[in-house]
Amino acid sequence: MSLYYVQKLIYELNRDPAVRRQYEQNFEELLRRYELTDEELRAVREPDIGLLYVMGVNGQLLMHYAALRGFEWDAYLEAMREGERRYGPVRTGLYKRAGRS
Amino acid sequence: MSLVFAGACSHAPGITGRASRAEPALRDAFYANLDRMRQALEDSRPDALVVVSAEHFANFFMNNMPSLCVGMADSYEGPIEDEEWLGIRRARVPGNAELSQRLIIEMMNDVDLAYAQEWKFDHGIMVPLHFLTPRYDVPVIPVNINCQGPPLIPLKRCWAFGRALRRACDLAPERIAVVAAGGISHWPATPDSGRINEAWDRAFLEKFLANRREELLAYTDEDTYREAGQGGFEIRTFIALAGCTEGSRGELWFYAPIPIFAVGCTVAVVRIAPLEKERE
Repeated sequence: MSLYYVQKLIYELNRDPAVRRQYEQNFEELLRRYELTDEELRAVREPDIGLLYVMGVNGQLLMHYAALRGFEWDAYLEAMREGERRYGPVRTGLYKRAGRS
Repeated sequence: MSLVFAGACSHAPGITGRASRAEPALRDAFYANLDRMRQALEDSRPDALVVVSAEHFANFFMNNMPSLCVGMADSYEGPIEDEEWLGIRRARVPGNAELSQRLIIEMMNDVDLAYAQEWKFDHGIMVPLHFLTPRYDVPVIPVNINCQGPPLIPLKRCWAFGRALRRACDLAPERIAVVAAGGISHWPATPDSGRINEAWDRAFLEKFLANRREELLAYTDEDTYREAGQGGFEIRTFIALAGCTEGSRGELWFYAPIPIFAVGCTVAVVRIAPLEKERE
């Protein structure tokens, strides 16, 4: 269920100004509110947008986190492609259903 | 009064957010048809506009995900996204809580609904409103169909929702317009963003415009995912509109793949015919 909490963190960051303020003021304290694995923590902190995509984070959530972290649109798309090259196909979630053709 | 207008259009965020990167002639032709739709909507003199869309984790998440949700507030705010990113300024959009409640109560005779008295619109609703009610002067009643986080509502239930909405509209004294806002084939926010299956889109639109219920309900999510991407799940919005306008035929005013908008850009209207007898 860990993907759930990565996505929940990004969902709340995307929509809640109070969570956004906490992200700006004390990101580590915010991260402690979610049950994240070491790999997930690294991917969120760095951020490794490609790894988050491969972990299964929905793009409708991820594109806003990428923008928040300074990724322009083309850089966001390329980061996901780089993630697939480095880490392999999407592991779980919606995009694992049939893979990319 | 009754249903006075029915139409469908795309809602992808690139339509406004990446407008400068599209081929100008194609973009402007699309915008012109959205404006034609605005004029037709205004000509129908609606008291309220129901927007049946698919939001993208702006209000609803997997901790408590409704299949169908109807807004029940006197105002809403949007866009929830960054204004610069979407290319739409944040605004307060009028609603009509009392009308929402009447429609919801009526629809609950036929379908199970969630309702929401608080709702921040994302691009799924704000992009259509940007073109169709740019002064935000028509009360909006938002409807969300979960098209993002499976398990997803079966297509036949979307049709049933559309029928229930139609019955509720026909019982209300107000003049009500309904717009479905969704993509057909698309792979939004993924490495395949920009991919569009035009043949699949045109085949779907043909069935939609002819209101061929059995053919529309024969789509499976497995086939849709393979041929039309996860964005294809948003055909649920079109199918709800087809249920709402059962027996009516539509006209396609515009369709063209615009890859930087990440969707086959669509503008369609339905010539509304009276509902026929109840379907069991």
